[in-house]
Amino acid sequence: MSEISTKSVVKSLDLLLPEFVTPDTRAGYQGFIVSPEHLIQTVKSIKEEMQYDYLSSLTAVDYLAEGKFEVVYHFYRTTGGGALVLKTQVSRETAVVPSLVPLFPGAEFQEREVYDMFGIRFSGHPDLRRILMWEGYAGWPLRKDFREPFAEEDVKPFKSRWPEGHIVRAEEKNPFQDNLQFPPGFNPQTWIPEGDEAVYKVLRRLTGEGELQTDRMIVNLGPQHPSTHGVFRMVVALDGETVLGLKPVIGYLHRNHEKIGERNTYLGNMPFTDRLDYISSMSNNFGYALAVEKLLGITPPERAEYIRVIMAELTRIVSHMISIGFLLNDLGAFFTPSLYSLEERELIVDIFEAVSGSRMMCNYFRFGGVARDFPDGIHKKIRDLVFDRLPRKIDDIDKYLTKNEIVRMRCEGIGVLRPEEAIALSAAGPILRASGVPYDVRRADPYSIYERFDFDVIYGVHGDVYDRYLVRLGEIRQSLKILQQAIDAMPEGPILTGKPQHTVRVPVGESYGRVEGPKGELGYYIVSNGKPNPYRYHIRPPSFINITGLEFMARGGKVADAVVILGSIDIVLGEVDR
Amino acid sequence: MNGIEILKGLTITLRHFVDTYIVDIVKGRKHYFTPEGIQSRAEADTRGIFTVQYPEEKVPVPEEFRYFPFLVYDVKEDGSKVVRCTSCGICSKVCPPQCIWIVRSVDPETKKPIPSPAEFYIDVDICMNCGFCAEFCPFDAIKMDHDYEIASYDRTTAHIFDLQKLLKPASYYEKIRPVNAESEDRVRAEKEAAKNAPKKPVQEAST
Repeated sequence: MSEISTKSVVKSLDLLLPEFVTPDTRAGYQGFIVSPEHLIQTVKSIKEEMQYDYLSSLTAVDYLAEGKFEVVYHFYRTTGGGALVLKTQVSRETAVVPSLVPLFPGAEFQEREVYDMFGIRFSGHPDLRRILMWEGYAGWPLRKDFREPFAEEDVKPFKSRWPEGHIVRAEEKNPFQDNLQFPPGFNPQTWIPEGDEAVYKVLRRLTGEGELQTDRMIVNLGPQHPSTHGVFRMVVALDGETVLGLKPVIGYLHRNHEKIGERNTYLGNMPFTDRLDYISSMSNNFGYALAVEKLLGITPPERAEYIRVIMAELTRIVSHMISIGFLLNDLGAFFTPSLYSLEERELIVDIFEAVSGSRMMCNYFRFGGVARDFPDGIHKKIRDLVFDRLPRKIDDIDKYLTKNEIVRMRCEGIGVLRPEEAIALSAAGPILRASGVPYDVRRADPYSIYERFDFDVIYGVHGDVYDRYLVRLGEIRQSLKILQQAIDAMPEGPILTGKPQHTVRVPVGESYGRVEGPKGELGYYIVSNGKPNPYRYHIRPPSFINITGLEFMARGGKVADAVVILGSIDIVLGEVDR
Repeated sequence: MNGIEILKGLTITLRHFVDTYIVDIVKGRKHYFTPEGIQSRAEADTRGIFTVQYPEEKVPVPEEFRYFPFLVYDVKEDGSKVVRCTSCGICSKVCPPQCIWIVRSVDPETKKPIPSPAEFYIDVDICMNCGFCAEFCPFDAIKMDHDYEIASYDRTTAHIFDLQKLLKPASYYEKIRPVNAESEDRVRAEKEAAKNAPKKPVQEAST
C-alpha cells in the first residue's frame, strides 16, 4: 500500500520540481535529496500542493566518511498513506540548514534536538538553544567523532569482558564529578548557568520587557514538582495568574539513548527501548522490531502477530488508565481515581510478568516474532479481563468521572488546540485526535495485522483537555474490542521466524518503522551500514514532540490550568529526555 | 451544574468502600496472610481490598519471572559438582549493558583454554534484567533467578556477584522453573543421545 503511494509521489515530485529534487539512489535508501538552498521552496510545495501536511520526524545522520551531515525529514498526509522522505545534505564544516519552523511549528523542538546533538544550525529558528544538554556543554554528542570521557569502545561487545574479564567497576574508571568535559577556560565552580538566563530572556521578550510592568513575573514550576510527572521544568511568565509565556526545560533524565543504541548490537537495543516510555514497553518493542524487520525483510508468523497486537493493546489500556488517573490527580482528586485505574493496570502487568518475565521492562519482542509463547492459563486470564472485568471497570470510571461537574468545569475549554494547529505542531496520538483529526497510524498506514480488526478511530471535536480525556476513554474501549477479536482468532503455531539469533545480519539501508503507541506515533529511524551495530538509531518520541504544543495550549490560561494541560498531554520523562 | 453527577460518581467510591467489608466478612480470615487469599486478590474477579501487605505477604512470582542471573551446576551421583558453564563467552557478548566478566580457565602446562570459567563476575548494579544471557546460553548454564530481595549495605563489594555467589544447584533451578527445566532437560538429553549414538541411521539410509 505504501509502496504504491511512494511510486506516485516519485512521478509527481519529479514533475513538480525537476531541477533540484533528485531521487535518493543509494541502495536500500528511499526518498529524495534536495539542496539546502531549495529546501524551503520544496517543503512549501510538498505541503501546499501535495498535501503532505504532517511533519512526523526530523533528524540528522552524520556521514563522517563523506564529510557531510544529512538532515532527514519524514512527511505524511493526515488523510493517510506512506511517507515522503526528504533529505538535505550539508558539509560538516558549514552545517547550516534553513529552519522549517515557519512552515511546521512542530519542528521547533526537533530542530533544537538536532542542533544539540549534531551542532547543525537552523537559520531562521526562533529559539535555537540546546534542549537536552545544558547550555555550555562542550561537543556534539551524536557526531561520530565524539567520544565522551571514559568511553570504553565504540561498539559492543567490549573486548575487556571475555576471555580475560578481570572485573573493573565502571564507577572506578568513571569517577563521579570527573566524567564531564568542559570547554577551555570553563570553571564549573564560578559558572552561572547562562542557559537559565537564556530561557528567562526569551520569556521576557515574550512578555514585553520595557513596557510598564505590573504584576509580571517569571516562575519556575519544577523540576521537583509533584504535578510535572517527573523531572520536568516549566518556566512560566505570568501576569497575575495568567500565563503569558511558557518554556519547557527538559533533559534532566537525558542519557543519550540514541548514542547507546548506536553502540549496541541490534538485539541489544531491545531492552533499552523498554526504558523509553517505561509505562508502555511493549509498544516500544513493537516499533523497534518493525523498523528492523523492514530492513531484514522478514515477517513474523501468524501467532506472533496476534500476540504482538494483544500485548500492544493491553499496553494501550495500561497507559491510558494511568493517564486518566493521574489527570485527575492533577485536578486535585488526590489518588482515588488513580488508584482505581492502577488496580486494573496491576492485573494487566501480572499478565506481562507471566508472559515476558517482567512487569514493566518486558523485553518481549524479537526480530521475526516474540521471545516466548503464552504459558498455561494466560489465555484464559486475558479472556476474563477483556470480556468481563475491564469493560465493567471502564464503565465504572466513565460513570465516576465523565459527567462530574468539577471535572467538566476544570477541563472543558481548557488548553484548546484547533485541528490545523495540532497538525502543524506535529501533535500525535490522543492530542491530535482530540483536536478533531482522525489520524491513527493503525488505520492511516496499517502495520502488523491491524487491517483485520474492526475498530473505530476515536476523535474529539473541541481539542480541549476534556476531549483528550474522552478520546482516551474511548480508545480503551476500542482496544478492548480489538483484544476481544484477537484473543478469539489467535491461531496455534510458531512464534518466531527462523531460529533465535543474537547477532542479526542487517542489510545496508535505512528504514522508518512506526506504530501508534499509547502516547502517539512512535517511530524508529534506523540506518544500517551492514555492521552488527546500527549506524544511526533515532526515535521519534511522541511525548517529546507533543510538548512542543504545550506553550500554545497554556498561553492565555491560568497557571493552575497549565498543570492540567500538561497532565492531559500525558508525558513520560523517560521518553521526553531519552 | 448542581452536583448531582458528583454524588452519582461518589456511589462508585461508596461501593468500593462497602465491598471491602462484604468481602472481608464473606471470606473471613483466610483472605489475608494465606496463599489462597493472596491468589484470590490477583484474580480477574477480585473485589474489595486489593493491596498485598509486603513483606508479610508476598505475591508468588510466575515461572518466567526474571531477576538477576545465576549459574547452574549439576551434582553427580558421587557428590561432585559439575559447572555447566564452558566459558564460551556468549552471555558476555549478548549482554546489552556489558555487565558479565569472564576469565577463561587455562591449562597451566599446555596454555590451552579449558572449557570452564576460572572467574565469573556479574555486576548487578549494571545488570538490566533483560534475560538475554539465559535466552542465548547454548548449555543452559546461566539462568534468571527468582530471588528479588538482595538489598545490601555496601554496594561496592556486595553487588559484584562472583562464582561463589552465582553458582546454584540444578535442583534449585528445577524448583523455581519446573516447566522450563523439564523441557530443556529433554532437549539436552536428545542432543546427547544424538551425539553419542553412532551415525547408524544415516548409513542405513544411504545403503
